[in-house]
Amino acid sequence: MSKYLLNKFLFTVDRDPDLVERYREDPRATVTMWEDTYANRILNCTDGESSTWLRFDDVEREALATHDYPALFELGAHPFLTLTLFIAMFERDHEPLGFQTEYARRLGHMTLPYPDIAT
Amino acid sequence: MAELVAVIASTHHPFYYRASTATGEDRPPFADEWVRKVEAFRETLTKARPDVLVMVGSDHFHQLWLDNMPQFLVGKAPFYDANFYNEEREFGLPRMLLTGQEDLSAYVLREGLDAGFDLAFSNELRIDHSITCPIITLRPQNDLPIVPIYTNIFAPPLPQPKRFVQLGRTIRQLIESWPENKRVAVIGTGHLSLELGGPRQFGPTGPDPQFDRKAVEWIASGDIEGCLAEVTLDSLHLPGNATHGFMDFMLMMGVAGEGRKADYVDTYDLFHTMEAYFTWYPNGGRS
Repeated sequence: MSKYLLNKFLFTVDRDPDLVERYREDPRATVTMWEDTYANRILNCTDGESSTWLRFDDVEREALATHDYPALFELGAHPFLTLTLFIAMFERDHEPLGFQTEYARRLGHMTLPYPDIAT
Repeated sequence: MAELVAVIASTHHPFYYRASTATGEDRPPFADEWVRKVEAFRETLTKARPDVLVMVGSDHFHQLWLDNMPQFLVGKAPFYDANFYNEEREFGLPRMLLTGQEDLSAYVLREGLDAGFDLAFSNELRIDHSITCPIITLRPQNDLPIVPIYTNIFAPPLPQPKRFVQLGRTIRQLIESWPENKRVAVIGTGHLSLELGGPRQFGPTGPDPQFDRKAVEWIASGDIEGCLAEVTLDSLHLPGNATHGFMDFMLMMGVAGEGRKADYVDTYDLFHTMEAYFTWYPNGGRS
């Protein structure tokens, strides 16, 4: 399991308007592409210095590929990153604050203590 | 010597800019009262006539990231670009350019290191809404140089709450020993109870109104010891999963001083969070 890599996905997609739209429209293909080309990029280095070892496990990959934000919460992805990216993708489909309250409703089965978000 | 002329602590609700500038049917029903409260709060800074603003906030994974996360970071640059694409996208925040007070940044770094804080620094810091929101609310003309100080309230492991208080006390000492004849205000923003990305988010009030009332009382009365006795890194999960931002309020209590009652206190219960505004005048507000 790599909470760091989950967060790296959410972080890098959220800050790129094109990636946000690709992930909204075709999440599974975007996750595959991202894992092949982005996962091992060290963000402050040239590609020649990339990592070699970062990859999702099957549960993480499936949660991302199905836009399953309750599962991402349960996996310990940083909730701020998850919320921000999913608002960017889906708030437009709802009345004001409608997506945020639906998001809370879908997490309604979660009680304290929440999953640890430390990476 | 520099003079600390005001200490200001507030929330940094990123929806204020959009709500306060909206017109017609787009203007939310709470906007007028919110603007009235913010303008009254703004006057508490204006009348202190500051020359420089030291601004405490927290990057929200905009520039600072898990590959190299500082706990406390001081910006040391002549200028700061501000606000990020996803803040324009979600909150309608404008792109901004702020001027830096680079000599005070250098002083805080050197003297802060010597005082026992291993501060990180950045010569190219883009700042986000934790610092631009108080500019928008308190100094919309954006005409004063700043020293930005970022804290990690976001990416565990976090510093202990007492460390925030200690840094606040140190920031005050550093400002008061800065050998420049300048009037300095310290502005810091944090949260009361807050949940983001969890099941308690975006309710009709903050997720824990009882914590909010208690927190406002701690801050308003300067009850640092009482606050430290109840607040831990573990306990801050209980009022909401983003409530660790309250430690930036604790930092500001450290700047203001133990037992020092705030000279100005106001709150506003908005959907999903309570807004809170505090001002101290260390020298009694004399001009």
